[in-house]
Amino acid sequence: MNMKLPKLTFWRTVFVLILISGAFATYIRIFGGLGASTNLSDEFPWGIWIGFDILCGVMLAAGGFTLMATVHIFNVKEYKPIARPALLTAFLGYLLVIGALMFDLGQPWNVFRVMVTFQPRSVMWEVGWCVMLYTTVLFLEFLPIVFEKLRYEKPLRILHMISVPLIILGVILSTLHQSSLGSLYLIVPGKLHPLWYTPMLPVLFWISAITIGLAMTIFESTMSARHFPGHSLEPRLIRGLGGIMMVFLIIYGVVRMQNLFSRDALQYAMQPTYEATMFWAEVALGFAIPIALLMFRQIRESPVRLYIVSILVISGFLLNRLNVAVTGMEGSAGVRYIPKWSEVSITLSIVAVGIFLFTMAVKYLPIFTHGHEMPAEEKSQDKLTPTIPVPVG
Amino acid sequence: MSKAILFDATECIGCLECEGACAQQNGLPYDETIAQAKKMSETKVTYVATGPDETYMRRLCMHCEDPACASVCPVEALVKTPEGPVAYYGDKCMGCRYCMVACPFSVPKYEWSKAIPRVTKCTLCGDRTGMTTGCAEACPTGATMVGDRTQLLAEAHRRISQNPGTYLNHIYGEDEVGGTSVLMISAVPFGEFGLPTQYGPTPLPQLTGAVLAHIPDVVTVGGVVLGGIYWITHRREIVAKVENDEKDEH
Repeated sequence: MNMKLPKLTFWRTVFVLILISGAFATYIRIFGGLGASTNLSDEFPWGIWIGFDILCGVMLAAGGFTLMATVHIFNVKEYKPIARPALLTAFLGYLLVIGALMFDLGQPWNVFRVMVTFQPRSVMWEVGWCVMLYTTVLFLEFLPIVFEKLRYEKPLRILHMISVPLIILGVILSTLHQSSLGSLYLIVPGKLHPLWYTPMLPVLFWISAITIGLAMTIFESTMSARHFPGHSLEPRLIRGLGGIMMVFLIIYGVVRMQNLFSRDALQYAMQPTYEATMFWAEVALGFAIPIALLMFRQIRESPVRLYIVSILVISGFLLNRLNVAVTGMEGSAGVRYIPKWSEVSITLSIVAVGIFLFTMAVKYLPIFTHGHEMPAEEKSQDKLTPTIPVPVG
Repeated sequence: MSKAILFDATECIGCLECEGACAQQNGLPYDETIAQAKKMSETKVTYVATGPDETYMRRLCMHCEDPACASVCPVEALVKTPEGPVAYYGDKCMGCRYCMVACPFSVPKYEWSKAIPRVTKCTLCGDRTGMTTGCAEACPTGATMVGDRTQLLAEAHRRISQNPGTYLNHIYGEDEVGGTSVLMISAVPFGEFGLPTQYGPTPLPQLTGAVLAHIPDVVTVGGVVLGGIYWITHRREIVAKVENDEKDEH
C-alpha cells in the first residue's frame, strides 16, 4: 500500500490513455466547435453528453439523497456507515455533471444567465436552479467531513446546527430535479417515441432515481469492501437494501407497464422495430429479471448475488435514460445517432476523473469512518487516519 | 397589431425569389447549391418545399403565438414579442439547444461549425419597421403576404369560402399548437410538404407548465412531511431514552 512511485498497473495505463484522448478531444471541442467534436446535427441536437453525462450522471448520484433521507430523516441509524460514501458520490457526481455540461453548451460562459433570469415556465431553468442549489447543499453536507479532518470545531458545530433543514432541503431539491429531467421531454409529444413519451415521465424518473440510489449503494458498498478492506457493510444491511430496492422495483414496474397499457402503447413493443428491441432490453435488465431474481430467497439473502442484481438494475436504468434521450428521438429525427470518438472519450474522461477523485477522497478524508459523533468509532478512526500533520484551528 | 405572414400556396410558382431575398436580408450567402438544398440550415432560414404536381410550400419559422422554444429557453434568449416575431438574442444564448429539441416544427438550426455558435432562424424581419419582410417584398405573385394576423386570418377565411373547390378547408397555423403568426392555405394537404399534422390546438408549453405548477406543492408538502417524519423518528428515541432513565432510577 505504501508505494512511493505508483506502479504501472493495467487500470492506471487505461486511466492515463483515457485522459490523453480526452484532452485531445477537449482541444477539438474548444477550437473546432461542436460540429468537429460531435456527431450532433440539426436533426439530432442532443447526444450522449446530455443523455449519459447529464441524465445518467444525475441519476447515478441519487444515492446521496436516498441515503441521507434514510439515515437522518427516517433515522435508520444502521446505515450511517454508508451515508458518507453515498454523499461523496453525490457531491462528486454533481460537480462532474456541471463540468460535463460545459462541454455540451455552445456558449458555456452564458450559463450564469440562468441565475439572473426569471423563467419559471422553463423546465431547464428549474433544473439549473435545483442543480445549483443542490450542489451547494451537498457542499455544505460534505464540508463537515473536511472540517472533521482538519479539526475545525467551531464551524463544525455551526454546520451541525443547520444539518437537518439542509438535509430536508436536499431531499426536496433532489425530488424536484430528478423528476424534472423527465419533464424536459414533456414538450416533445410529437418527437419522442410513444414507448417513452408519457405525462408520467417525471414520476417514473423520480421513482427510478430512488431505485438507483439503492442499487448504487449496494454496488458501491460491495466495491468499497473489495478495495478498502475493513469497510464492508454488514450482510444484514445489504440484505435490507436489497429488500427495499425490490419494493421500489415492483412499484416502478407496475407504474411503467400500467402506463403503457393505459396509453395503448404496448402495441409498439410488439412490433419488430429497433425501438421495441431497446425497450425490452431496458425492461428486462432494469426490472423484469431483477424482480424475478429477487423472488428467490437465496439471491435476496446473499450480498454477492445482490451485488450482481444491482449491476443489472443500474445497466437497465442507464439504458432507460439513453433510450429517452437517444433511441426514442431517432425515429422522428430521421437519422441514426452514433457518438463520435471524441464524445465518448470526453465522457470516459469525466468518469475516470470521478473515480480518481473518489479514491483520493477516501484516502485522505474520514469517509468510511464517523469520528466526530460516535465515540465508539473514534478509536478505529485513529487507527486508519494516515499520520499527516494536522493543522489545529 | 401583430405582424404575421399569410402564404397562399396556390399562388406560389416556385421561383425561389423569397429564398434569395431572405439570404440578402440576413446577410447570408446564396447560390445555386444553396438554392437546391430543400431544408433549413445555419445559412438558410427559409426554403420552398415541393409537393405533388408542381405545387410549392414555404417553410420558415412559424412564429407561434405561445412558442415552445421561448418557453423552454432558460435564459430568455428566445422571446415572443408583442409585435409578432419570435426574436432571438444570440448574446444571451448559452447554447443548450433545448429550443431545437422542443420546437414542434424543428425550425431552429445551429452553427455547428463555429467555435462560438448561435441559433439561426427566421426573425420575421423584426428589425425592420412596418409591415414588411424581405421575402414578401420579393414575391412576384403575392403568394407571401405580410400584415396583421387578425386581418390575414380573415382574408384566408374569405379566400377559402369564395373558392371552396380550390382550397382545402384548413388554415394551417390558425389552431396548430395554439396558433402561429405564419398562416398557410393550400390545395394540397399540408403533410405532403413535410409539415407536421399531429398537433392540436393545445400550446405545447402547457404540457410542461402543468408539471411545473406542482413545484410549490412539492416544496411545502415535502418540507412538512419530511420535517414531521424527522420529528417522529427522533422523538421516539428521546421518549425511549427518558423511559430507560426512569427505569434505572427505580
